[in-house]
Amino acid sequence: MIIKQLSVFLENRTGRLTELTGALAEHDINISAFSIADTTDYGILRMIVGRPELAETILREKGFAVKITEVVCMIIPHRPGGLHKALQIISDNNVAIDYMYAFASGECQATVVIRADSLQKIIAVLQEHKMELLQEGDVYQV
Amino acid sequence: MEREELRKLQGERLREMVQRVYDKVPFYRNKLQDTGIEPGDIRSIEDLNKLPFTTKQDLRDNYPFGLFTVPQHDIVRLHASSGTTGKSTVVGYTHNDISMWTEVVARSLTMAGVTNSDIVQIAYGYGLFTGGLGVHYGAEKVGASVIPISGGNTKKQLQLMEDFGSTALACTPSYAAFLGEALVEEQIDRKKIRLKAGIFGAEPWTEEMRTQIQNLLGIKAYDIYGLSEIIGPGVSMECHCQNGMHIFEDHFIPEIINPDTCEVLPYGELGELVFTPATKEAMPLVRYRTRDLTRLHAEKCDCGRTLVRMEKCVGRSDDMLIIRGVNVFPSQVESVLLEMSETKPHYLLVVSRENNLDTLEIQVEVEPQFFSDEVKELEGLRKRIHANISSILGISASIRLVEPNTIERSMGKAQRVIDKRKLT
Ligand SMILES: [Zn+2]
Repeated sequence: MIIKQLSVFLENRTGRLTELTGALAEHDINISAFSIADTTDYGILRMIVGRPELAETILREKGFAVKITEVVCMIIPHRPGGLHKALQIISDNNVAIDYMYAFASGECQATVVIRADSLQKIIAVLQEHKMELLQEGDVYQV
Repeated sequence: MEREELRKLQGERLREMVQRVYDKVPFYRNKLQDTGIEPGDIRSIEDLNKLPFTTKQDLRDNYPFGLFTVPQHDIVRLHASSGTTGKSTVVGYTHNDISMWTEVVARSLTMAGVTNSDIVQIAYGYGLFTGGLGVHYGAEKVGASVIPISGGNTKKQLQLMEDFGSTALACTPSYAAFLGEALVEEQIDRKKIRLKAGIFGAEPWTEEMRTQIQNLLGIKAYDIYGLSEIIGPGVSMECHCQNGMHIFEDHFIPEIINPDTCEVLPYGELGELVFTPATKEAMPLVRYRTRDLTRLHAEKCDCGRTLVRMEKCVGRSDDMLIIRGVNVFPSQVESVLLEMSETKPHYLLVVSRENNLDTLEIQVEVEPQFFSDEVKELEGLRKRIHANISSILGISASIRLVEPNTIERSMGKAQRVIDKRKLT
């Protein structure tokens, strides 16, 4: 239920992101989710990839500051109010979220990637409310 | 004073000083004994080159008061350069030292045409830095009306310049240029500004900057040189010929040496400037290496003075940078990064000049093992680096986090500094 996310420190420099995506493509690593938190000087890239450990090794060899962080991916219906209902549950149970990002995955559902201090707590809360969570097997390439 | 007469006076003062430091300062007694020199060996100025050198490191090693020749109750003033405890240099002054300093600054101001009819606006920083108080005492001695406004607060500077009718301005050259541009921006009528002379020093500047400042402020800009170890501002000063700074050799005996071999070079050759401030009571130094690179000229100046002139310094024989008048060593940045647990000393200093003010950016590599993927953590790290470095350097630097291994590591000495200011 805990998904490994890849986090990379990126300077705001032309071509730097392309180098990264190129390295992953070269090794057939699929990117299923992707987000960038940016400041004036640098960005933090967060992504869910098919082979997180391999991707980490490759990027480290390429000189990137990279680390694996653990996140939870929640599946919500892709319709008005879907995200709201999920967030209401989380906030009602006082779970603090560090950051999150979401993407539509198919016609009728969306996936929300959530990073929180206590992943165990958020998993328990979401399961209790019958929210669907992504399993490791759903994202990793074999 | 004729040169022969001056050299005789320098010789007497040197002889007396060497005996004094030998008697009072264990550091010098040991150093002279190690070199095999007795105070009696120093009979005239010709013997100066027999003496060992003193370096900034010697001052640090004897921090804070180890090189003082007088008991603490005779010290009336302390100044210090910025830096960590280990890096800062402390200088002390007796009552007579302050009088001597006041005298040389008064001479300097007189060379710039300052008299008791002038109103002198002192925009050098007041405090541990010698600029503000040094010029202050000299200007009062001349009898000028002093405005001790200190540095910064540009609007107030311009307002008082206009309201009080300042006729002379003393500050760093970059701040002078900044004030000149602010004058234009604020659309202040130049007819309301009575400035005629500027006394600028504490950082290197070019002839182009001089022209710019002179045009912006409508003044004649004079270069003043000094360093706290020797006395502060007033070691040498330009006359109206603006052709080198006359060194007040009766107090500060100059030499130029080859920084690598320490051999004394003849007049006209480029090398490291060395001073022996022979009349200082609290902290006389034997052949102090300034690390400033320049040339000396002994020909009589068009102004009639026979005092030796030094050119504008063209660089340093060490890696010290002067940023906004403050001495900065890359090693200070290094020590901060080494002390912090989340950083390693992989850094680059980028110095530029924007709107005539020096800017310092320090690039620091993010260490992969300490990389957090939360913006607030990284920003927290950036702020901690900023606070630690600013408190050590005494000036604010902007910190830029960069990717690991992006700062060049050369085989030998890494390139730690990019100076884009284009000074000579
Ligand atoms: Zn002259």
